[in-house]
Amino acid sequence: MAVFAGGDPLFDHGIDLTVVVMLIVKTFVVFGLLLVSVLLYIWFMRKVIADMQNRIGPDKAGPFGMLQTLADGVKLFFKERTTPIAADRPVYLLAPFVSALAAFLAFAIVPFGGAVRIGSHATFLQLADPPVGILWLLAMSGLGVYGVMLAGWSSGSKYPLLGSVRASAQVLSYEAAVGLSVVGVLVLTNTLSTRGIVGQQAWHSWDSFVSQWLWLPAIGAFIIFLIAATAETNHPPFDFSEAEEELAGGYHIEYSGIRFAIFYLAEFMNVITMSAIAVTLFLGGPSGPWLTLVAHHGWVNVWIVPVFWFLLKLWAVLYGTVWIRASLPRLRYDLLMNLGWKVLIEAAFLWAMVTGVIVVARDRGWNVYLTAFAAGAAALLVYGFLMACVPRAGELEEIR
Amino acid sequence: MTVVLFFLFAALTIGGALGVVLARNPVHCALFLVLTLVSVAVLFLLQDAQLVAAVQIIVYAGAIVVLFLFVIMLLGVDRPDTLEEPLRFQRPVAFSLGAIVLAEVLFLAGQRWATGAHTARGVGIKGGPFGSNIERVARVLFTTFLWPFQITAALLVIAVVGSVVLARRSGERPEPLPIDGAPAEEDAR
Repeated sequence: MAVFAGGDPLFDHGIDLTVVVMLIVKTFVVFGLLLVSVLLYIWFMRKVIADMQNRIGPDKAGPFGMLQTLADGVKLFFKERTTPIAADRPVYLLAPFVSALAAFLAFAIVPFGGAVRIGSHATFLQLADPPVGILWLLAMSGLGVYGVMLAGWSSGSKYPLLGSVRASAQVLSYEAAVGLSVVGVLVLTNTLSTRGIVGQQAWHSWDSFVSQWLWLPAIGAFIIFLIAATAETNHPPFDFSEAEEELAGGYHIEYSGIRFAIFYLAEFMNVITMSAIAVTLFLGGPSGPWLTLVAHHGWVNVWIVPVFWFLLKLWAVLYGTVWIRASLPRLRYDLLMNLGWKVLIEAAFLWAMVTGVIVVARDRGWNVYLTAFAAGAAALLVYGFLMACVPRAGELEEIR
Repeated sequence: MTVVLFFLFAALTIGGALGVVLARNPVHCALFLVLTLVSVAVLFLLQDAQLVAAVQIIVYAGAIVVLFLFVIMLLGVDRPDTLEEPLRFQRPVAFSLGAIVLAEVLFLAGQRWATGAHTARGVGIKGGPFGSNIERVARVLFTTFLWPFQITAALLVIAVVGSVVLARRSGERPEPLPIDGAPAEEDAR
């Protein structure tokens, strides 16, 4: 059964009842972690935006209003669940769960800690480490589109359908950019497995911050990934799926009560997953300093420090998403599509190729800077040649 | 356990395929198709073909069926179909072709050269000189089969460019739509 296990040592000695129980417990723990993160993130987002806008924000439920999201969730749970007459009922009921399931499954590959030992079993602090690794993320975000599309279609009216067509076109377009920006990392790490990718970003000294962590070696891919992931998760400034002044509310407008809450949940789970993937790919995942400082405290070193570093980096990235949400106005739809198809995808291709050239140059012992410069110049030359061949819009009219 | 999983997902595959054929609503058909594709991906996993399984989900379930759904939704054919057939002879021809294909599959299933020896599974998955299944696929694809791989890429690019050229062949542009509420240009003059 090595098929499902990937690199996780949990499966090294076959599968017995203990392993199955541990897997189930791990699933619940990871799901719980994600849910609690969503609850905290929504509160955090509202508080930070309130601060930035010189307001107080939620402050009544619990300490600092931290339980506000929970209260909202309970309220949504008890609200009436309506189903439009024109709705396609089975699909209408299925759609929210497709969204949430895909969002949760994508998080399964995120490593949030090191290898730990429970009893006689060793395991990684991550739900799954499949050999296809990062491809799993792409597969799951591909399936997540179905939730959006089916919700809009099955509601049986115009606005949700328009919203869903628009949202799914956006997600599909930016999925390509996300996938291609990840290529820039994979060329460097030589593996698809998320565990392998963070393994190569291990902390050795303060120099690791710039030399091991991939944010600097793959800076182009990092920037492209951040923009494309923001757009893929329908996060502002790309939140076209719920442009309320144009679409009344987007693909989930006909949903009420807990069904709406599930869409809401899935959306924020996607934001957290993408931030966690950014941490995994570019910011070293659970690695960080002081790992060796407390080496004599075995369990602290294994259980606490890596998880602490992972969560710290995750919340730093999440703060960035909130900052963007508070600062930037929404783009126009055609600008969004132009950015995705005409800028980000090409840039990601170029970055992946230049990275590949550098890797080969390093292998062969060529001068890295010279080779990279030559490759970039050659790429620009080809690009210029192709652009010169394509007639401009005005010339096209003349031809006609 | 592998056997149990195989039969479970084989049943789901066939159930989904039947759903594609029998469901009356095209959107439901597309959803059953997704079920079939994902089940087949699991069957690939059971054969240790992780890369093929991932590609199956990303390309077929994540892109192609989404495209089908787009077309179904935007063309407005998402209404239950009638049973009237435009081609009278379609049904007998389909039945006889189906019978021939079934006979072929049954014949091939009995032949070792088609199904392969059952010992090929799981060889060198862990360790081995080239590491995992995916690394070995990549190595073969980018060394031995590099030329066919590149040719396929060129073919796909040509197909995309060709379809764009065909679709935009005519020089005329659609008339700009009059804006709601505002009088058309000629009236304004």
